[in-house]
Amino acid sequence: MFAFVIRRALQAIGVLLAVGIISFAMFRFAGDPVNQIVSLDTPAAEREQVRRSLGLDDPVPVQFARYLSSAVRGEFGVSYQFRQPVSDLLAERMPATLELAFCATLFAIGFGVLMGVYSGLKRDSFLAKVFQTISLIGISLPTFLIGILLIYLFSVILGWLPSFGRGDTVRLGWWSTGLLTTSGLKALIMPSITLGLFQMTLIMRIVRAEMLEVLRTDYIKFARARGLTTRAIHFGHALKNTLVPVITIVGLQFGSVIAFAIITETVFQWPGMGLLFVQAVQNVDIPIMAAYLMLVALIFVLINLAVDILYTIVDPRLRTSIRQPA
Amino acid sequence: MAQPVLSVRDLRVEFVTRRGILKAIDGISFDIGKGEVLGVVGESGAGKSVTGSAVIGLIDPPGRIAGGEVLLSGMRIDNLPPEEMRRVRGKRIGMIFQDPLTSLNPLYRVSEQLVETIRTHTNLSASAARKRAIDLLAEVGIPAPERRIDSYPHEFSGGMRQRVVIALALCAEPELIIADEPTTALDVSVQAQIISLLKRLGREHGTAIMLVTHDMGVIAETADRVAVMYAGRIAEIGPVRDVVQNPLHPYAKGLMGAIPSLESETDRLVQIPGSMPRLSAIPPGCPFNPRCPYVFDRCRVERPEPIQHSEHRVACHLYDESSARSEAVA
Repeated sequence: MFAFVIRRALQAIGVLLAVGIISFAMFRFAGDPVNQIVSLDTPAAEREQVRRSLGLDDPVPVQFARYLSSAVRGEFGVSYQFRQPVSDLLAERMPATLELAFCATLFAIGFGVLMGVYSGLKRDSFLAKVFQTISLIGISLPTFLIGILLIYLFSVILGWLPSFGRGDTVRLGWWSTGLLTTSGLKALIMPSITLGLFQMTLIMRIVRAEMLEVLRTDYIKFARARGLTTRAIHFGHALKNTLVPVITIVGLQFGSVIAFAIITETVFQWPGMGLLFVQAVQNVDIPIMAAYLMLVALIFVLINLAVDILYTIVDPRLRTSIRQPA
Repeated sequence: MAQPVLSVRDLRVEFVTRRGILKAIDGISFDIGKGEVLGVVGESGAGKSVTGSAVIGLIDPPGRIAGGEVLLSGMRIDNLPPEEMRRVRGKRIGMIFQDPLTSLNPLYRVSEQLVETIRTHTNLSASAARKRAIDLLAEVGIPAPERRIDSYPHEFSGGMRQRVVIALALCAEPELIIADEPTTALDVSVQAQIISLLKRLGREHGTAIMLVTHDMGVIAETADRVAVMYAGRIAEIGPVRDVVQNPLHPYAKGLMGAIPSLESETDRLVQIPGSMPRLSAIPPGCPFNPRCPYVFDRCRVERPEPIQHSEHRVACHLYDESSARSEAVA
């Protein structure tokens, strides 16, 4: 198990190195950063001085090494537009995005698994057909449209929920949370549904398909022949066997939820990393873009590692194969 | 015979499909007494496994029991409400399936599956149930059961897994065990061990066993009586020695002729021409008539009812006294 984690960690470092090269390359190829910092009428001599002070006149490998070593320390330079360290900007925005992603995933797992199990067990019932229809909508409607529809219904017509922002937040150390205030929680509802709807339908469909598959297996038939209760068979034996694919999807999707919160954050003006990234793109603020890329890659890598470890917890067969690699 | 453990009376099982109703089991009757092993043989699709599933109440829609009765020690069980039937399953009837590799839930330890089953049917505490589980594993011949009990199914070999499956079926000391092709998925040396284990358990506990298989060797080795099934009906039923050595029904004759023997010098085994009809195309009269070498007019129109003939019961017009042809074959 330990060797397995080490092996995975080495692979992760490889992935991050590759992403590092790509994000570093952005500095070189997305225009001259000096132009972004200085004004149009800055004399050439002054431009050269800025270039030197930023280390942009050094050879490329030296710049890359410098970039990497500061990235490891969590420093991604100074934002061109805000004139603040990128790491501070991201740290300030991160809680908002993580809370949103967490709530969206919780919503997706909770409802997705429930609806999936129900429609797997009673696939001919009316409610199961309603769920199937909802999932069709969730899969086919684009995120921004769902967000706008929700705002129109619950903020404009009914006036129940705020249409933008995080509401009131409470600071816990450097982490600002909206989970502890009523207005913060209310503000979370619509963005979470918007962001999690696609994941929910995906989870529901997978759980349903897996349930149908598992219920046909011999060990379920044997469990019934042993006279176990329906409850024990469905939730003890069948549901646990559907978990491996569900964990895969949830894990990978949690990464996407964070990475693609951009659209939801834009629709709801959610002060998270996604919104920061969109602003950075509009202003060619490369340090922010590069840092965001690295951060998302790191999150994906960590989630993949967590998923691999979760597999072995759920499925004992994988434990043996990891202990003795074939 | 005293009251049989299992008594099946004119059982009918149908499958409702888009193209009409298929009669998978069409009026079969048999008894199994205490400690008796009834072998059920026949080709694939003859209705052997469906019979087992019908007895234990596990026919899934679109299948349904369309008629007849199933009595367990005199108590009718085919019309019990689902919750009561669930209590019968596992407690009074144990079932063993064909493939031990897929019968056990791969995600749970053997101990968890045993204890869960024991505690479903008894009031034992968790620790008492675990103790009983260890005893059961010892009884089915798993070495060092107190160490092996916490293994996962994939850590056992095929034969050992089938022993675990048998232990699971024995959890509540059932009166009847239905073994649906218990040895088919195992290799030959392990087959013999499992068969002798089943026989021993049946003898020691007085359990009635319904042994479904298409392996005549297994039947000859294990069963007290044998029922030969063809197209959802019992063609012939009788003591195993009689049926194997002196089969009456032309289908049974063909089946027994197809068993290779060490003693006789046969170059070519008997082959029954044709194949069993599909359930959607069972011919009128005797279902075997298109393949029967002794077929005559009556077979094509009238369905033969089981007739007692010495110790056998056989569903064939040849043995009907009113039929003029009976001497011709005898």
